[in-house]
Amino acid sequence: MRIELERRPKVSALFSILSPFIAFALTIVFGGIMFALLGKNPVAALYSFFVEPLSEVWSLHELAIKAAPLILIGVGLSVCFRSNNWNIGAEGQFIMGAIAGSILPVVFYDWQSPLMLPLMLVLGMIGGALFAAIPAFLKAHMNTNEILTSLMLVYVAQLFLDWLVRGPWRNPEGMNFPETRTFGADAILPEMLASGRTHWGFAFAIIAALAVWFMMRYTLRGFEITVLGQSERAGRFAGFSSRKMIWFSMLFSGALAGLAGISEVSGAIQQLRPVISPGYGFTAIIVAFLGRLNPLGIIAAGLVLALTYLGGEAAQLSIGVSDKVTRVFQGLLLFFVLSCDTLIHYRIRLVRERFAALKTDEAH
Amino acid sequence: MPVKGPIASGPLLAVSNLTKLFGSFAACNAINLHIEPGEIHALLGENGAGKSTLVKMLFGVLAPTAGEILWMGDNVRIGSPGDARKLGIGMVFQHFSLFEALTVAENIALSMDRSISLARVAEEASRLSHVYGLPLDPNAHVADLSVGERQRIEIVRALLQNPQLIILDEPTSVLTPQEADRLFETLLKLKAEGRSVLYISHRLEEVQRICDRATVLRHGKVTGACDPRAETPASLARMMVGNDVAVVTSEGTNTKGDVQLEARHLSVAARTPFAVSLKDVCLKVKAGEVLAIAGVAGNGQSELFDALSGEYPVADDNAVQIRQKPVGTRNINARRLMGAGFVPEERHGHAAVSSLSLSDNLVLARNQSDKRAFLGGGFLKIIRQGAVKAATKRISEAMDVRKSGEDPPAGSLSGGNLQKFIVGRELDRQPAVLIVNQPTWGVDAGAASRIRQALVDLAKAGSAVLVISQDLDEIFEVATEIAVICEGRLSDPYPARELSREKIGLLMGGMHGKTEGAGAAHAH
Repeated sequence: MRIELERRPKVSALFSILSPFIAFALTIVFGGIMFALLGKNPVAALYSFFVEPLSEVWSLHELAIKAAPLILIGVGLSVCFRSNNWNIGAEGQFIMGAIAGSILPVVFYDWQSPLMLPLMLVLGMIGGALFAAIPAFLKAHMNTNEILTSLMLVYVAQLFLDWLVRGPWRNPEGMNFPETRTFGADAILPEMLASGRTHWGFAFAIIAALAVWFMMRYTLRGFEITVLGQSERAGRFAGFSSRKMIWFSMLFSGALAGLAGISEVSGAIQQLRPVISPGYGFTAIIVAFLGRLNPLGIIAAGLVLALTYLGGEAAQLSIGVSDKVTRVFQGLLLFFVLSCDTLIHYRIRLVRERFAALKTDEAH
Repeated sequence: MPVKGPIASGPLLAVSNLTKLFGSFAACNAINLHIEPGEIHALLGENGAGKSTLVKMLFGVLAPTAGEILWMGDNVRIGSPGDARKLGIGMVFQHFSLFEALTVAENIALSMDRSISLARVAEEASRLSHVYGLPLDPNAHVADLSVGERQRIEIVRALLQNPQLIILDEPTSVLTPQEADRLFETLLKLKAEGRSVLYISHRLEEVQRICDRATVLRHGKVTGACDPRAETPASLARMMVGNDVAVVTSEGTNTKGDVQLEARHLSVAARTPFAVSLKDVCLKVKAGEVLAIAGVAGNGQSELFDALSGEYPVADDNAVQIRQKPVGTRNINARRLMGAGFVPEERHGHAAVSSLSLSDNLVLARNQSDKRAFLGGGFLKIIRQGAVKAATKRISEAMDVRKSGEDPPAGSLSGGNLQKFIVGRELDRQPAVLIVNQPTWGVDAGAASRIRQALVDLAKAGSAVLVISQDLDEIFEVATEIAVICEGRLSDPYPARELSREKIGLLMGGMHGKTEGAGAAHAH
């Protein structure tokens, strides 16, 4: 006996919409079980994880700060994933964007100009895009698997950053801490609102999401992305080049990840450190799928996943569990999103017959 | 070999009220059918009529939802192909299940009892193949064999079980006319021995030629049982389709104009290990002509289409000419802008994206050729949904595309209706050159005749039309000139009126008209 997935003749429209919500509910249930197993009161723990962070103005600002990179990267990844290009290395592109954008405030720290910030943002996008160009080139011209190359390059980026802040870019006046100089006033992404710390990175995220939504829905470019993602052969018939699409989607998502990186560094951290991201580039993959690869859905999903970061910090303080709980919740969420989607498209069937293999051979 | 067991006086196989539901869809709806000993019984029907579902239930691949199967008068439950073989039912599938790396004897041995030695299997197989006129070398590797020879392996494999009923699913769809003739001789021999054959086909001529009785299916129901020899092709088609199929007319002479499409010594290396390379292909299609390229599947048809359409441009710019301008290195949209239109063989995932709406699929083929009408917003290239939807409606009406709703996903249309849309999408542009690969493959008779008429009319209106097809009936209906492709080589073109089926058959087998006498002797 074995288990088979059998394609459903018709996909339920209702459950397609409900799927992210069901996944979120299941995550809560299993999270509660996990807290109970840890010996905590599940209701109180879940409350401090998911509700408390939303109850104060400052923490709402923190939510927006954490959501900004998730949404920016997630929107870029949605273009990649829709076109059937699997960029898993946004974390590395985020770091390289942050490094490229930091060249001006770290190396040319005494230069003062209102051009400083716009140039940093542009450099950040270029840095992210160039780093994504490596897996793009390897896939387009060497037929390499981009999942592996983009993922492995993350470690290259992380170690490169580590070396920079401990070596050439270390702050000479920083008492040997592995940090760069703190950015000058011209190099800091300002706050959006008077009420708190949220910087303009959040606005970039929303603008990017709306722009990509418009592109996917109304323009020929969006159509090209959809067609090539569904069938390369049909795309070729339409005159679209899958090779060019590899370049476009990888560079585009790399640029947005780079913008997220420099925005985070310039707006929230204001210097480079050995670690500048709590895994935004990886979490954004969950954001993209939870948002159903739809830019508007990604805004909502980005806020939800940002909440898991805040909740993890809050739970660490108030109920004394490890902040690894955040990772567990993110993992549960991705698992349930993907399983819900699978079960919407397929049903599970137990196969007992001896001639099951023959059947599949003869089905086509 | 004598038939085993007592010959029952009643029918060999009787099926009553056999029903198969997939969800709420009845693929087979209360089918009644009986097969007498020693008859060749035809199962006729269009694609999707329920023929394959019925046969799969008889062979134990699918379980019936309701109804019963009587084998020599006994009510039986056929739970697996093994059960079916034990009863005495053998089957030859349309798609073969052979291992290419193994020899003929090894492939046959795989389906036999393990205790029988390979040498005995080989001996028995070659004896059977000799008796039934199915020459086979048991030690040949399957990879080296033609499609016809592979089919013989399947038939011999079925015969080794000494079956009383042999089911053949569309056996001639992959054969040349000569190979088909040999198959028919074998079937008549089986019949003479008292065995029964269930012969599934949609080719009316064949059915009339060899079958004693026919059962016709339409939409999962039996719509007729008859003696096919007492019917005309038109009356059989009516039972299959439900209404009279329009006959394609090509009255009047086409006025031929300048050469619109030309291939000059087009050679293309195989892109993959399974592809065929094109060797020095030359062809010319004038305005007003329909050049049909016949050939058995897998002889370079797709590769020729790819090179002519520009989906895979070639190195030599002069090798392909559209309206007397070299385009060999140009891509498909550049060729469309010069007035060419293309219809590939595969509907889903090539000519259309199943999950996208019809209007999106219109943009798929015409995003450059009609960019003035379909795109706006300058560099943003915003798709003008209004204009695209209007054109979709126009095409659907012109080609009588039946669909659920205004703009449904392409995947929800039946094969025939989607194909009408895909062809109509090109005709709507009135292309000067139209290249079509398998225009009516897997399409119902009504849609097929509509599409063929449209191709004929397009040529009459002064366009050059190239049709690549495996269907000889279709070729004779639409073509003014015929050439044959075999192993990537294209024969010289012949005027359609001067070419017989026998001649085409020889060309399909690789006799390129140069060694006709010797070739004919060899082929028979």
